[in-house]
Amino acid sequence: MEKKEPKVVVNHLTKKFGDLLVLDDLNFEVQEGEFLCIVGPTGCGKTTFLNSLTRLYEPTAGEILVNGIPVDPKKQNISYIFQEYSSFPWLTVEQNVRFGLEIKRVPKEEADASVEEMLDIVGLTKFRSYYPSQLSISMLQRVAIARAFATKPELLLMDEPYGQLDIDLRFKLEDELLKLWKKTGTTVLFITHNIEEAVYLSQNIMVLTNKPTSVKTVLHNPLPLPRDVMSQEFVNLRNQVTDLIKWW
Amino acid sequence: MRAYEKNKRLILGAVGIFIFLCIWYAATKLTSLGKVMPDPVTVFGGFFKAFIEPIGTKTMTMHILISLRRMLIPYVFGGFFGVLVGVLMGWYKVADAIFMPYIQMLRPIPPIAWIPLSIIWFGFDEGSKYFLIFLACFFTIALTTYNGVHSVDETLVRASKMLGANDRQLFLTIVLPTTVPYIFSGLQVALGSAWATIVAAEMIRSSEGVGWLIVRGQDVGNMTQIMIGIVAIALTGLLITTLMRVLESKLCAWTVRGK
Repeated sequence: MEKKEPKVVVNHLTKKFGDLLVLDDLNFEVQEGEFLCIVGPTGCGKTTFLNSLTRLYEPTAGEILVNGIPVDPKKQNISYIFQEYSSFPWLTVEQNVRFGLEIKRVPKEEADASVEEMLDIVGLTKFRSYYPSQLSISMLQRVAIARAFATKPELLLMDEPYGQLDIDLRFKLEDELLKLWKKTGTTVLFITHNIEEAVYLSQNIMVLTNKPTSVKTVLHNPLPLPRDVMSQEFVNLRNQVTDLIKWW
Repeated sequence: MRAYEKNKRLILGAVGIFIFLCIWYAATKLTSLGKVMPDPVTVFGGFFKAFIEPIGTKTMTMHILISLRRMLIPYVFGGFFGVLVGVLMGWYKVADAIFMPYIQMLRPIPPIAWIPLSIIWFGFDEGSKYFLIFLACFFTIALTTYNGVHSVDETLVRASKMLGANDRQLFLTIVLPTTVPYIFSGLQVALGSAWATIVAAEMIRSSEGVGWLIVRGQDVGNMTQIMIGIVAIALTGLLITTLMRVLESKLCAWTVRGK
């Protein structure tokens, strides 16, 4: 039986800050096109984990392979959406979306097409010449999402991107994200402390332990899309994940 | 009424100046102040007349242009080296350690204190005047640029790195744009101080310029000429700082300051 090569492989990933062990021997794989949500108790080092994954921090031990080679944002097409608003204030909406394409020196015609498509999908075509200071919070997150998807990343990392949004905006943007994910087939790692969000979005849910962080378990999420947050299956799965987080 | 709402700032400013001129006029006519100080009509009359009839050897246009040139040449140099040193200090820790003590020590020395040394180093000609004005703007611009480089948002650096930016791209696409509003605020402040230093600079032997009007007026006890010089400096200062604001609003459209 032929097994597909996994998109991301994490081997014995360990990170220490001085004597403080934050990540303790993490091992897991992510398949191509998978939507993986990572949940864990507050302060369990989720962000450290993502930062190591992207080489913003050098891991103390272990390795992270994307497509079988060690991860490097300069060589591989990875995008990252942050908890904080990360639009560049001196660029218009359109220039923000174009930013990654220019860094990666994508040919102009291809970049133009990609920018148009993304502006259209997130509904910001009319606001293309606005500066971030003129936009609402939900529009800013949409700019970040459009910028991340514009480069057609092989791997998209999201660090609690909707943590600071109202619940109705969050639902709306979550649906938008699922739409984009289905359309592009991007592999997504989505970090959140919101269990409902994780159950709503993911194909698989990875539960992390408290510090020092290790992988507690990975649950498969079989619920069909779109999901109903009030359905019994949804509530059951949510409770199951909650229990895993509570009893570390 | 709508015209008032639209031009509120301008109208209130004009009314304020008019009231000030009335008080000045009344004070010179009704009190003993009139014995030592000319009234505003004489001063402004003299100021505008000077555009046709020369004071000394030059008309007012030439006095202003000569002084502007004296200010702008060292200002451009001060701006260039200020931004350069500011960026170097902000970007490289070694440059910060080497230059910062000099800047902190030399900055508090007022330009006027440099006059004797500048004459010895650069003579009585334009060089010493340029030197004083250079000092008046260099430190301000270097420090504001330095602060600009340091105020770069870590989140944006991360965002840029994650999109694969190398160091050069990081500098050009993140650090420089962040710094531009700071550079502008430094240039704006420095323009004011450079222009204010023109009087000190023209205390070093000169025979024309708006500062010379004042220095010369003092030598011969001509209060009207002193006041004309002050008016010339004030109005030209207003004009150049306004031009600078317009330039800034074009080049930094994204900042609140720029708007």
